[in-house]
Amino acid sequence: MAHDVVAPPSGPGVDFKIVPTKALPAVAVVYIGLIIAVATNRLWALDFFHVVGGACWTAIDLFLGFIIGPIIGRMSIPARVEFSKRFMPKMVLLMPTLVIATLAGGWQLARHEGFILASDKHHGWVVGSMIVVGVMAVIALGFLEPANIAVLFELKKEKPNGEVIAKLMKRFLYTAGLTGAMQVATLIIMTRIATL
Amino acid sequence: MKTTEKKLPPVSEISVLILALIVTGGVYLAAHLPKHTSLTPTTITVVVSGILVLANLFLLSKIANFAWETFFLVAKWTLLAYAIFAGALEFIFIKDGTRGSLLVLMSATLLIFAINLPIHFGFTVARYVAD
Repeated sequence: MAHDVVAPPSGPGVDFKIVPTKALPAVAVVYIGLIIAVATNRLWALDFFHVVGGACWTAIDLFLGFIIGPIIGRMSIPARVEFSKRFMPKMVLLMPTLVIATLAGGWQLARHEGFILASDKHHGWVVGSMIVVGVMAVIALGFLEPANIAVLFELKKEKPNGEVIAKLMKRFLYTAGLTGAMQVATLIIMTRIATL
Repeated sequence: MKTTEKKLPPVSEISVLILALIVTGGVYLAAHLPKHTSLTPTTITVVVSGILVLANLFLLSKIANFAWETFFLVAKWTLLAYAIFAGALEFIFIKDGTRGSLLVLMSATLLIFAINLPIHFGFTVARYVAD
């Protein structure tokens, strides 16, 4: 696309923090709450972390993959840069926190309710969800998250390279779309487990 | 400014393969709980992953003129973050009563996971930094 070669903004205007340190206390609160929930094994607390974390994770993935992603893909490089430097640092902390809360809460919940037992009627669906989450983990940690960090480092440069940003953003958006599509499978599995 | 186009070893590709092996081994074990199941498949994925991590470190050591400052900056913070994740998961395994060879296997899995990601993230970022 023609706009892929347009130079992104450079100089002091692109200053931002790769990791939004002000949000770290909030992340710490979530982790402490999660550890307490696991340690006390309280059903409500485990359900809270799994459902709230999972709902946010799924909604963000779907929204990013199918709504925001295609919009960003049609933006000019300078507009992508402006969007990315505000949006992507938030994702650096938000997504791993949601993922760990969902998975840790979900695993303990499944154990608490006996869903992980091979004899349980939910077991097949639970294993299915593990496989879907496993594939999503490989995509997210193998492609999406490194691309996110690399874009942020590129944006921190005095003169960001538009080609590199376009390449990495394309990878970010494709993988976000892929995990968004896989979240549909998660929704089917989770609603099935809840109604069996 | 030109993108760093020099030929680099397949560190990222190997890291993704390690991740896939680790996840496969973990899902296999989790799918068979709590009944006794063979640890061989997961042991194989852990051993192969460990060898691949060492191979990746060797490949990294052979790169000349790399953005090592950026690599270590990203790697150390990624290591901190994923060491916390791995620690939280280890806590859950112990809390759930996982013991013996199964715990050793799960701990090895988490250790490789926590070492592999900093290499992957650090390399992915550093490769785009001009020398």
